[in-house]
Amino acid sequence: MSTGEKVTVLNPMGFAPKVVKKPLAPRLSTLDGKTVYLVDCRFDDSDVFLKQVQAWFGEHLPSVHTVFKPISSVYLKDDPATWEEIKSKGDAAIVGVGH
Amino acid sequence: MTIEAQYGVPTVAMHTDKFDRVVRSVAAVNGMAELRQVFVPQPVMGKSARELRAYVDGRDPLTGRPVMQEVIEGLTIPFDGRGVGAVEYDRSTPRMVEPDTEENLHHLFMENRWTDYLPIVLPTEERVRAMLARTRRKPGEVVGRMRPTHFREAWEYTVEKVAVNAVMAGARPAYFPVILALAATGVSARGSTTSSMAAMAVVNGPIRNEIKMNAGTGAMAPYNHANATIGRAYGLLSQNLQGGSVPGLTYMGSQGNNYAYNSITFPENEERSPWEPFHVQHGFRATDSTVSVFSGCRATAYTLGLREKHWREHVRNMLRGMDPHIPPVLVLDPITARQFIDRGGFTKKDALIDWVYDNARMPAGEFWDYQLVQNYLYPRATFGEEPWATKLQAAPDEMIQMFKREDIHVVVVGGETNGYWRIMGATYAKTISVDDWR
Repeated sequence: MSTGEKVTVLNPMGFAPKVVKKPLAPRLSTLDGKTVYLVDCRFDDSDVFLKQVQAWFGEHLPSVHTVFKPISSVYLKDDPATWEEIKSKGDAAIVGVGH
Repeated sequence: MTIEAQYGVPTVAMHTDKFDRVVRSVAAVNGMAELRQVFVPQPVMGKSARELRAYVDGRDPLTGRPVMQEVIEGLTIPFDGRGVGAVEYDRSTPRMVEPDTEENLHHLFMENRWTDYLPIVLPTEERVRAMLARTRRKPGEVVGRMRPTHFREAWEYTVEKVAVNAVMAGARPAYFPVILALAATGVSARGSTTSSMAAMAVVNGPIRNEIKMNAGTGAMAPYNHANATIGRAYGLLSQNLQGGSVPGLTYMGSQGNNYAYNSITFPENEERSPWEPFHVQHGFRATDSTVSVFSGCRATAYTLGLREKHWREHVRNMLRGMDPHIPPVLVLDPITARQFIDRGGFTKKDALIDWVYDNARMPAGEFWDYQLVQNYLYPRATFGEEPWATKLQAAPDEMIQMFKREDIHVVVVGGETNGYWRIMGATYAKTISVDDWR
């Protein structure tokens, strides 16, 4: 048991990388007439969920053009072809479901 | 985050509410604390379209605001500017802890979640020095990087940092090269996945006997100091050197996993195995000392021996019981290893692996309907990745192989008190030389 004497010990935690703030994309002034990609992460029925989001847009904001887009492979893999398509053909993205 | 930061597309990410802390912290450590994120109730999996429509029409359970209002605002309301810039955060870790009494330090280590909630040995300078004396490597040398999931940032660690965690686990200095090799794999024993996976570590070569590890009776149980504390050190170093393993933040295992207490750490019983050792199968010499790590350990199937008449059916039944997303590792008592030779003629491990590969089958329709196959293999199949793309062409009733041949492994361990054996669902990651860390 402790004698009350102070002990010096080492810190067991590793070294975190520096965090650099990244710029976020400018927001749109309106969604009217814009194309919004619904990006399906293909995880745990996310496709069923995003199709309901798509239905919501159809009913409430029909001026918004939505594109349902499953990623090419699993969410663990980068998907530059899909990101390029969204950048060139879309104005905004909704990604789901993260989990 | 990639679409937003690298491609400049305004994006909203939608998650279930159980993941609020983890996704916000991931965004923050990636420099995107202001990433727009909206939450719906957990779970999405298994819910009907009508139920999910109710999520969409409903409110964010964390903010109480309408889900779609938050989505629209996330895409249209400008930032206040705080999210833009090139500010760097220095999060360097101090080498020492503020001096205090032993009692207070034990309390502090628990409060900081630096332990596994079992008593630890305080890492004094003297104890850490004794650990460091058992390697020629310099204390400041970088050993590797580790992270709890692929989307979190990797943390870096040195030989000294590994020694600190080895002391805490109660490991003796003689074990330190094995612990350094485990750290050098970069494979976390505290992975964060909702599936609650644990790691497995198999030691091969002369080091097993040098440090008196137990490959015989009770090898996978708490009956040997080296087995127990090396495995515990692997867990502690993983959680601390990767930046934490905190439920709801850096650990999301829904049920958790008792295997994580010592990461199923044992030596192969090379002396009693009828086959070549595991590390020799992976390109090392028998005289090399190595440690091999596996991840994804959750599922276990077991039986006793191999019956003469129906052993094939019995083994097939065990294999069919495994989730096809994680491949089988046969963990055999030496008695059973020899039975596989007697019954099946498998004089080489490779012959047994071939048999397992060919006999682990299920109807394609059932295979593709497994949730984990849907999550992780089906997308790859549709992307054209083999062998999944070819399997996707099979008719629903066609019996297809459940696993890739190269993912199936065999390890021999046990004291021959009987022929019990088991199949672990586990993914082999890599084999690392222990000798390089002496």
